[in-house]
Amino acid sequence: MNDLFTIPVILGIIYSGLRLATPYLYASIGEAFVQNSGVYNLGVDGIMLMGAFSGFYVGMKTGNLWWGLLAAMGVGLLMGLLMAVVSVTLKAEQGISGIGLYMFGLGLSSLLFKKTMTGVESISGFQPVRIPLLGNIPYLGDVLFNHNLLVYGAFLLVPLASFILYKTPFGLMIRAVGQNPQAADTLGINVDRIRYITVSLGGMLAGIAGASLSISLINLFQENMTSGMGFIAIALVYFGSWRPWGIMGGALLFSFVNALQLWLQVLGVNFPYDFAVMLPYAMTILALAISVRRAAMPDALGKPFERGEF
Amino acid sequence: MPQRSEIKRILNQVFEAILPIMAVPVALIIGALILLLLRANPGVAFSALVQGAVGSTFSVTQTLVKATPLLLVGLGITIAFRGGVINIGGEGQIIVGALSATALALSFSQWPGVVLLPLCLLVGTLSGALWGAVPGVLKARLGVNEILSTIMMNAIALQLSNYLLRGPMIDPAEIEAGTRIAQSALLPRQVWLPRLVPQTLLHAGSILAVVMAILVYIFLWRTTIGYRIRAVGLNPRAARYAGIPVPIYQALAITLGGAFAGLAGAVEVMGVQRRMLEGLSGGYGFSGIVAALFGNLHPLGTVPASVLFGGLLVGADKMQRAVQVPSAFVDTLMGLIVLFVVSSRIWAVRRARRRETYE
Repeated sequence: MNDLFTIPVILGIIYSGLRLATPYLYASIGEAFVQNSGVYNLGVDGIMLMGAFSGFYVGMKTGNLWWGLLAAMGVGLLMGLLMAVVSVTLKAEQGISGIGLYMFGLGLSSLLFKKTMTGVESISGFQPVRIPLLGNIPYLGDVLFNHNLLVYGAFLLVPLASFILYKTPFGLMIRAVGQNPQAADTLGINVDRIRYITVSLGGMLAGIAGASLSISLINLFQENMTSGMGFIAIALVYFGSWRPWGIMGGALLFSFVNALQLWLQVLGVNFPYDFAVMLPYAMTILALAISVRRAAMPDALGKPFERGEF
Repeated sequence: MPQRSEIKRILNQVFEAILPIMAVPVALIIGALILLLLRANPGVAFSALVQGAVGSTFSVTQTLVKATPLLLVGLGITIAFRGGVINIGGEGQIIVGALSATALALSFSQWPGVVLLPLCLLVGTLSGALWGAVPGVLKARLGVNEILSTIMMNAIALQLSNYLLRGPMIDPAEIEAGTRIAQSALLPRQVWLPRLVPQTLLHAGSILAVVMAILVYIFLWRTTIGYRIRAVGLNPRAARYAGIPVPIYQALAITLGGAFAGLAGAVEVMGVQRRMLEGLSGGYGFSGIVAALFGNLHPLGTVPASVLFGGLLVGADKMQRAVQVPSAFVDTLMGLIVLFVVSSRIWAVRRARRRETYE
């Protein structure tokens, strides 16, 4: 165990922990907007898979990763819109329709992958950008300020989302619609329109989350490559009590445990691989069990809004 | 006029039963568009699909073989959904059911079949129930969202299975041959479920599944516990005022759901594969949801729905081989069908409300 706690290894764990938090952050912050407005989108994992595929495919075909990212955002937005139609306009049961969206995304991304590619191919993803000055700090510069743009973007999203949700009229409207849609409606807020906006935005961010896997972290596409990350991202919203900073805490906790687990394997510490992979899922259940703060939950979460019901 | 209102009631029930069926043509149209975009001929692809599902005696039996786990899982989904809990944990529950039935059969391979065979089915059922009880109790005690916890339980079961099949439970012959394929040894002959048609895989589990459908119908509509589960699902607040301990019945509903998925796993092992192997759950945990929804969450409606989707799954394999449309196409269709079926519910609810106002 001596070679585990050397400085390079610790720095390595921090570096990969920050990287691994990226997809969780995009997806969870997106879902935080959705849930704060009173809607569940359980199809995040399916959207991520479609985002991962389209980001990879377009990035590879055009040779420009930005086009790939844009495609992932567009596809995520469209799938978010689909979810909004189903859950806001058609008022479908949101738990089951989210699973439908997941199955759709999982199936379609596998279908497109098999139809358009001969096998798993890799791509040269977004390259690290060293931030001037800060990047030159010994040790910390390499670990904190030498990442690719999608990683920085994920962490910048946290204060931005927190500002929008708690400091702007739009954020107030989102939360009002999530807490008490009837009252918001009487005040002249268009409940359905706000929910359309949040669910589409959540979809777009989930698309970026997927692309962050395929064109910035792992740099390839595989069938079901998220293996349930989208669902963990939803659990992180609960864990973070629907607040962006809380969500970031949860995402970091998860990604550091994951990074530690990966480094243990790299270093050949004797620990059955399958149990290591099991860890984040078991942790999610545990996190859900200890973090249920009912008071923080948006009151209208999961309930379709019907005008003039009362 | 009692007779007219009776007819109206029946007509309304018929309408509600056929409503989800409308989801299939809509999904097929979108599916055809996807095929066109992939430069495949939808007509050729769909006819290959139908050919594959019902084109020969063998394919018909294959359809029924695939329908069997769908029906068993679907019955469990039906009980859970009727109790207002969403069980997405079918995959994991199938896996643990199959694993434990296999472990039992291999450990006591000297026991006579009359004892060992029912015991294996029972243990598979119980371990599936246990896998469902964990999210059930977490929901009842701590309010943990069951959709998320069941999905996590799926991932845990999958890793557990990978570990056991590559390690402690691997077929000794695989180690000897050096191939190390992750599968268990062949089960002892006395726990094999009898085959119904020679030269096919159709096994007695299919009959068991249909019997179970009837039992679940009786359970949900003719017993007090079943009535309470449905009451909790229809209106938890009213159920609580009526003195029904809502969390306990929700936990029970999801536990029973797990039991049926566990049974499906045991039946799949003992009837089809005759050994435990990777990928045994085959997505039935999800496609079973589609079958249950499509059967209008009614045990008897789930029977034809399972046959339909069993046929789709079998046909998908044929389609993949004949016209190179990957079988993931059918998974995509199933996702769309779920979306459409759930969305169509609003019409049923609106009609019901209108009826209440007018009558």
